[in-house]
Amino acid sequence: MSDVVEKTLIALPGLFDSQTGAAKITNRLRQLIKSITELTSKHEEENLIKQELSAMKEQVSSPNTTMKQMREIMVRAMYCEMLGYDATFTYIHAIKLAQQGSVLEKRVGYLAVSLFLNEGHELLLLLVNTVLKDLQSTNLIEVCMALTVVAQVFPKDMIPAVLPLVEDKLSHPKEIIRRKAVLALYKFYLIAPNQVQHIHAKFRKALCDKDPGVMTSSLHIYLQLIRESPDGYKELTVSFVTILKQVVGGKLPVDFNYHNVPAPWLQIQLLRILSLLGKDDQSTSALMYEVLDESLRRAEMNHNITYAILYECVKAVYTIHPKAELLEKAARCIGNFVLSPKINLKYLGLKALTYVVQHDAKLALQHQMTIIECLDHSDFTIKRETLELLFRITNAQNVTVIVEKMLDFLRSCDDEHTIIHLVGKVAELAEKFAPDNSWFIQTMNEVFSVGGDLLQQDVPNNFLRLLAEGSESKEEDDQLRLYAVDSYLTVLKGDASHLPQHFLQVMSWVLGEYGHLQESVDQHEVIRLLTKLLDQRNVSLETRVWILSALTKISEGHTDLIADLAESLSSSQDTVLRQQAHELRHLSRDSQLHEGVLPHGAPWEGMEVDSSLSFLDGFVSEALAAGAAPYKPPHQRQEELCEDRELNLEPYSFSLPVSLSSCSITDRHSPTLLSVSSGLSGNSTELSQKAGSSTLILEGVKRVWGKDGYLPQKETTAPPVDKPSPAVQPSGQQEASERIEPQPEPSTQNQDKQQLASSLFVGLGAGSSMSLLGKSEAPPPRFRKKPRPLDSSSSSSSGTSERSSDSSSRSSRSMTDNFLYGSLLEEEPATSISAFDHTPKSTTANGLAENTDAKEDRRANTSQILGGDMVIVRPNTIQDKHPPPASSDLTALLPADLKDLPHSDVISLTSDPSLSLCSCRVFRDEALLLVIFISNCTESVIKDVAVQLGCEELETASLRGNIMDSLEGKSTSVCHYALLMDDPHTNVSFTGTVCYQTQPGHTSTLPFSGTLSTADFIRPLVVTTEEYGKLWLSLSHDVKQNLKLLTDASDPLRTTLNALKDALQLHIVDIVGSEGIVACRLLSGAPCLLHCRVNGTALAMWLRSPHPALPDCILYHCQRALAQH
Amino acid sequence: MIKFLLMVNKQGQTRLSKYYEQVELGKRAALEADVVRGCLARRKEECSFVEYKDYKLVYRQYAALFIVVGITENENELSIFELVHNFVEVLDKYFSRVSELDIMFNLDKVHIILDEMILNGHIVETNKNRILAPLLALDKMVES
Repeated sequence: MSDVVEKTLIALPGLFDSQTGAAKITNRLRQLIKSITELTSKHEEENLIKQELSAMKEQVSSPNTTMKQMREIMVRAMYCEMLGYDATFTYIHAIKLAQQGSVLEKRVGYLAVSLFLNEGHELLLLLVNTVLKDLQSTNLIEVCMALTVVAQVFPKDMIPAVLPLVEDKLSHPKEIIRRKAVLALYKFYLIAPNQVQHIHAKFRKALCDKDPGVMTSSLHIYLQLIRESPDGYKELTVSFVTILKQVVGGKLPVDFNYHNVPAPWLQIQLLRILSLLGKDDQSTSALMYEVLDESLRRAEMNHNITYAILYECVKAVYTIHPKAELLEKAARCIGNFVLSPKINLKYLGLKALTYVVQHDAKLALQHQMTIIECLDHSDFTIKRETLELLFRITNAQNVTVIVEKMLDFLRSCDDEHTIIHLVGKVAELAEKFAPDNSWFIQTMNEVFSVGGDLLQQDVPNNFLRLLAEGSESKEEDDQLRLYAVDSYLTVLKGDASHLPQHFLQVMSWVLGEYGHLQESVDQHEVIRLLTKLLDQRNVSLETRVWILSALTKISEGHTDLIADLAESLSSSQDTVLRQQAHELRHLSRDSQLHEGVLPHGAPWEGMEVDSSLSFLDGFVSEALAAGAAPYKPPHQRQEELCEDRELNLEPYSFSLPVSLSSCSITDRHSPTLLSVSSGLSGNSTELSQKAGSSTLILEGVKRVWGKDGYLPQKETTAPPVDKPSPAVQPSGQQEASERIEPQPEPSTQNQDKQQLASSLFVGLGAGSSMSLLGKSEAPPPRFRKKPRPLDSSSSSSSGTSERSSDSSSRSSRSMTDNFLYGSLLEEEPATSISAFDHTPKSTTANGLAENTDAKEDRRANTSQILGGDMVIVRPNTIQDKHPPPASSDLTALLPADLKDLPHSDVISLTSDPSLSLCSCRVFRDEALLLVIFISNCTESVIKDVAVQLGCEELETASLRGNIMDSLEGKSTSVCHYALLMDDPHTNVSFTGTVCYQTQPGHTSTLPFSGTLSTADFIRPLVVTTEEYGKLWLSLSHDVKQNLKLLTDASDPLRTTLNALKDALQLHIVDIVGSEGIVACRLLSGAPCLLHCRVNGTALAMWLRSPHPALPDCILYHCQRALAQH
Repeated sequence: MIKFLLMVNKQGQTRLSKYYEQVELGKRAALEADVVRGCLARRKEECSFVEYKDYKLVYRQYAALFIVVGITENENELSIFELVHNFVEVLDKYFSRVSELDIMFNLDKVHIILDEMILNGHIVETNKNRILAPLLALDKMVES
């Protein structure tokens, strides 16, 4: 093929004269192209294009310019833009050309539009009429080009205008028109799926079209649809299998062949669809075994394209429900790839192997020598792919060798993206499989050195959290910490000038926190080393703050050393450093204060955090009285910003962080603070951008539910290939056993490699259990994280951050918490009815068990609180004042029709000497029942008891039993109110009175009050993933926020969602990989959909509802629930 | 999914660029320079795929011209490698022995051909006759 492009620049002069061909180039364009080929420098290019642009500007504005000339101008403009120069002024003329030109000019006009304008460009609106006209043209070529442009760029809002016309074209006699119409509809489906929902039947017709081209186009739609919800299209499996059979069997016209292979790209597309359909579905998979077998067999021709098909086939075989015979063939196929002398095939083989080892790690064993050769391959890409493969087969036994290989590679690598990616993986492996402390710390040292300042923030964050939270055994933790301290002291004693900032920050934090553990080293020495760092020029301001924080922690009792430092820094230009220096000076003088602020060696869990920020109440009310604007939660601010988006918001990004400088500093410097805080630090530009891009993200959301990388239940889908079944022939058995224990011939020159192999592939043999194979079932991590301490401060700031920041920024931290909590002015509920012990008792056996667990957890937490591990200032509850009189018995008094419904605990509302009132919430589907138990505490009869309940925000649907003529002594009567909530409020308080007569004529009144939360009015919304998807797109009100992720469990997402489910009555629709979807509704009314994604150590939550206030309320309760956890 | 397709010569000059995902005009030049550097740095015996940021690059050299395709991780590299060849074969068929200069002088037509083959980053047609049909019809209309 290299002879195809033989005519090169050398032949240039001759070619200029002999340009005949299809193009008759006019002078100007020819001149431009000639000049471009002669360019020798960027400077020349700039001059040339500048001249060209001004000449074009003149030409387009001249009335004498013909459409033919305009076409040429468009091509010139394409050249300018291709070289990176803006030719905006031609855009409108491109549209004009599409509108007015004759066919070829028109096509070039459309082409220019599709090249110049991106979706959403306002000029596109001007194109709509032209497109409409051309779609109705009698000239097929015009129809064709209109359909092409519609499928490329078309304003989303104008789809309804062309949709009927495009739909009509689906039954056009010409295949090319039908084909293009299908592609246009595919585009519509991508950008506005709800607009084409009604034409699914037509998609099916396209799939059955007699023309193979039209059928092929429809596969794009089906691949997308099936990716989103494979269950909805299972019945099409047979059709896809039949099509593939026909294609493989050579039933298509010959011109669909590529190098004698029938429609290879169509085969690939079909294989992708089949693997999606067959995943985790035995019966569907059974339908495709035969055709997959045939594909594997047919594709034996020695051409690249057949290997491309084979690769796809192998992937399909390993994705669908396994069949031993096919797996064996596919494995052999991979072998051919990996062993191929052709480097491209080797690469593809490694990629296939990387995919397959997730199901069957033994396959890696088979090819161990090849893998080791690839590891030392001169080709960067091959090496990189091999490391990816090794990462997948890492276990506790081979981790040291694999990590060493990865670090070796990293040291010689200079590609930023690769470094970031790989360093994260090394850290992950180290944390998961570290054999001992010294290895772990040394590996992490390497990670920090190699990763340098490219390192993602979550690597140091996770490391520090691991050190700080420790495991169950304090002794072990201290050993690890001690080792870290020792290691860092050694590092710092050497030349520290080249160390990356992240590493310095980690070291200073650890030394500040745990330096005292090393008794043999004088604290003076530690202080000296840290102080020395401050003198280094390359140490960033951020790192300086970390170092100063560390110095503050260990300053106690070393006033002499600190005084000079504090003195010199107190005149620093930087306000933050100056402030820290002041704190340092104060704290080092006053050891009592120091102990209070930074308790020596005490775990931060003991810190007292006032989560309600009650100490700020005075300040807030003063500020309000002085005319300050009330606090608005971030999403509300975001909404408001969206409303007037035309304002230029750029400057705010600077002004806000400055005004909140102390606050944002805590953000930046705290090792474990999550993205919430930075997201909420008042950066309005960022917020508005987020809002602006909300339409774009839509596509991303859809992808989520069908990513083909996701493989649930690997264990079940992939039994070992080699497992010899009783039916296998003796020879087969022998073969299998050979593969289980490969014993390559030892040769002297290969001995090193052999050794490497044995250390790399240890733990993958037949003897080791399947649990080692999949990443999904990781062996117990070396460093088990302790359950996160009860974190009352906020949804995200963890203990580490609290300690790492220092005393006076504590107030600013509280500010941060404030923002995080989003409730500065929101009153804490007066009673605890709803917020803390809302445990709806589910009636189903399953739910019951779960709830009991949850309750026990909660009890455990409570005891922790009482035990003094952590003191949380929280509003007093009536419950505490008046322990309910045998409240547990009261539930027995519930009316028979309510007994079986889930209900809350009974709590006391109020009491006086004669009457005692308790309440219980019963969760009915369409309403909340507030059941009030009125107990007569006296021996005598109480007459004319009347209960009155009032609440402005709620609607009372019905009431029963609120008036009684008499209440016997020592007896209890029950009345209940069915309450409806139309507009969600975070908390609703109700008040009421009970009037009664103890003696005739003498009426007493007993007032009572309580609070209900939205959570009481939330009911699970049971929908399928598909329904969820549809509903999601139809909902308009949108709130996004990061929440705390409960990271202490093995499956943080599931744990967090279950915690939320327990606290609020939510329905978990689906959890796929790192994302989960959850649905609920407000009684029988407005639904609210929650989309949760694990984002590092945070849970990015995205809520949608038709009701504007509902997402806010639910978000608030989710935050509360997680903060309680 | 295909993110972009570039035709660049050995000197690093872009001869054709088509983006299937929006990339700002100002950032294209830098991206293209990076991409070319990455491909030129590779030796003949190395494989035709390179990692570049979030993309994989698939490249193929014809005389002094490189055709580079940026794709996502889940795409089949080898099938794209062959797609490039199919594209060149189509060009060859239309221009009868295509050269770099044919591409330069017929930038619009090369784009029209490409639009028939790849749409929104998906391979939509690989049948050579069908790819060329609309363009040949256009040519015919212009002639008459």
